[in-house]
Amino acid sequence: MSPRVLDRALIYGSAILLAVWVLIPFYIIAVSAFTPQARIFDFPKPLLPTAFSTDTMQFFVEARGVVPSVINSLLVALATIAFGLTLGTPAGYALARFHFRGREAFQVIVLATKMFPIAILSIPLAVTFLQLGLYDNLLAVALVHTAMALPFIILVTGGVFVAVSHELEEAAQTLGCTRWGAFLRVALPLALPGLAAAAIFTFVISWNEVFAATILTLRTRTLPALVLAGLGTSPLGFKFAGGLFMAMPAIVFIFLIRRYLMNLWGSR
Amino acid sequence: MAAIGIDKATKIFGRTAALKGVSLDIRDGEFMVLLGPSGCGKTTLLRCVAGLEQVDAGRVRIGDRDVTDLAPRDRNIAMVFQSYAVFPHMTVAGNIGFGLRMRRVPRPDIQQRVRQGAELLGLVSFLDRYPAQLSGGQRQRVAVARALVMDAPVLLMDEPLSNLDALLRLQARADLKRLHKEVKRTTIYVTHDQVEAMSMGDRIAVMRDGAIEQIGAPMEIYDNPASQFVGGFIGSPPMNFLRGAVRDGGFAGDGFSVPLSRPRGEQGRELLLGVRAEHIVIGGGGIPAKVLVVEPLGSHALVTAVVGKTAVKVQAPVDVAVKPDQAISLRFDESRVRWMDAGSGTALPN
Ligand SMILES: Nc1ncnc2c1ncn2[C@@H]1O[C@H](COP(=O)(O)OP(=O)(O)OP(=O)(O)O)[C@@H](O)[C@H]1O
Ligand SMILES: [Mg+2]
Repeated sequence: MSPRVLDRALIYGSAILLAVWVLIPFYIIAVSAFTPQARIFDFPKPLLPTAFSTDTMQFFVEARGVVPSVINSLLVALATIAFGLTLGTPAGYALARFHFRGREAFQVIVLATKMFPIAILSIPLAVTFLQLGLYDNLLAVALVHTAMALPFIILVTGGVFVAVSHELEEAAQTLGCTRWGAFLRVALPLALPGLAAAAIFTFVISWNEVFAATILTLRTRTLPALVLAGLGTSPLGFKFAGGLFMAMPAIVFIFLIRRYLMNLWGSR
Repeated sequence: MAAIGIDKATKIFGRTAALKGVSLDIRDGEFMVLLGPSGCGKTTLLRCVAGLEQVDAGRVRIGDRDVTDLAPRDRNIAMVFQSYAVFPHMTVAGNIGFGLRMRRVPRPDIQQRVRQGAELLGLVSFLDRYPAQLSGGQRQRVAVARALVMDAPVLLMDEPLSNLDALLRLQARADLKRLHKEVKRTTIYVTHDQVEAMSMGDRIAVMRDGAIEQIGAPMEIYDNPASQFVGGFIGSPPMNFLRGAVRDGGFAGDGFSVPLSRPRGEQGRELLLGVRAEHIVIGGGGIPAKVLVVEPLGSHALVTAVVGKTAVKVQAPVDVAVKPDQAISLRFDESRVRWMDAGSGTALPN
């Protein structure tokens, strides 16, 4: 085998291995979610779904509180994206463009916030939100999710703006733009794929976050909080369907945006 | 009408003084080249004129306005960047018309001017392409077209040819020169390539360490460098320098002595003799030297010889009959010899 062929074989081999590693659990969850409740306990599991049925999914969707919690999750995720990008994009831009005093320290501190376990923060947070009258409120969950996603957003958008040459913005300025105009017309459109990626990952972080959502809410549950709350008592079919439901948006989103991410500016 | 006046411009980055009180006056319609080694402050000076960098002290004037405190967009300049800085998310037409759109020029006018600009630079068939689908030379032309259609009286260019290969560069150099003849904008052109500077500039400002060492027409700078640095930077090969001292009315150094046509200071004064390769002839019983290398270069041969311990480059006819290690003699064209103070390197009056 020539080295080239070997290279290709290695690349494809590892890609397939990785894909299988990630896909098998999804596959099992998906198949189970579309298996009639009665057959879920079959063992060994059939490789192909033997009896396709939407019973389980229907049962899940119709279960009490599921639809409102999905809406709650969506609202929280969208608010998190809005807050996170509004706060994080300027910070990332500043990190990329300005060599201000304490820049390195800022970067480290941003990362350091990720080292605080949310579990330690949750009680004081719950107390604070109680005092603010925000307890059991979606806004509280969105704020905490924003805090959790911010370091990630700042560092990713920072990297995105570093990749957009500053000279492009300067060129726009010599061509009649203000600094702000140059940012809007040149840096922002070029950063868009990266910002979209940051938004999607923010969505996924928020959509899947369970701890803060559970601690901070009682009745206005997000989907993961709801599923978690019922984990001990709900039937297996409910869990599979819930799992699929929670994994779905992330998969669909990334699948849809993938082409956009890679092809936005041609062959660059 | 846009002469440019730079008055004692100073720019300090942290601990580096990038510009140390630079003054430079550029006439309306002139093609001024800023030339100097890497890091001497050429880009910084250009950016201070563009307004992308604020001077820490000094003033910048364009036309009859003091623009020192104005933003780039209010200075009436157009700029070509070293990296071209064409916008990847716009077509060639979008790029060329960008500045006009920002200036709210009516749409039909934009189309017409974009077309004119594209014609001038030979880009008409690429108007719908994205920069990613262009070659480096084409991108460079987009950058120039984008700057030209602005009709700004001042055109600033920062090493616009440095990313092109040698052949394309030669072509682009000629194109830019022709373009300047046609549009007659006041131009500041930054380069560290002395051939480019010589061939394009109406005048050249040679910079060193954040200061201007000499300003003059290309041939003037070539013939009468104001310092050892300028003589050594301009010309290929650079000027030869021989160190020595005034002795009994002549000039003597390690392994040579030449008569002085006029007094150059008191006995013992240390001087540098500067002479270009083409002003030295081999033979005729002058200064004794030994041949080190002979390089045939097509139109002529470049002979490196040693006088004392100093290497001297001599331009000789291609068929010159010398070989390495051969002992030869060199004769300098006396009227072309330049004298510099050995300590400061500054030229003495001819
Ligand atoms: N933004 C900056 N921050 C700190 N130092 C800078 C900055 N820009 C330039 N300098 C310094 O100022 C000096 C002059 O830089 P400048 O870019 O003007 O050089 P140049 O003559 O254009 O060189 P080159 O031919 O390599 O482009 C250099 O020592 C450089 O390191
Ligand atoms: Mg430069």
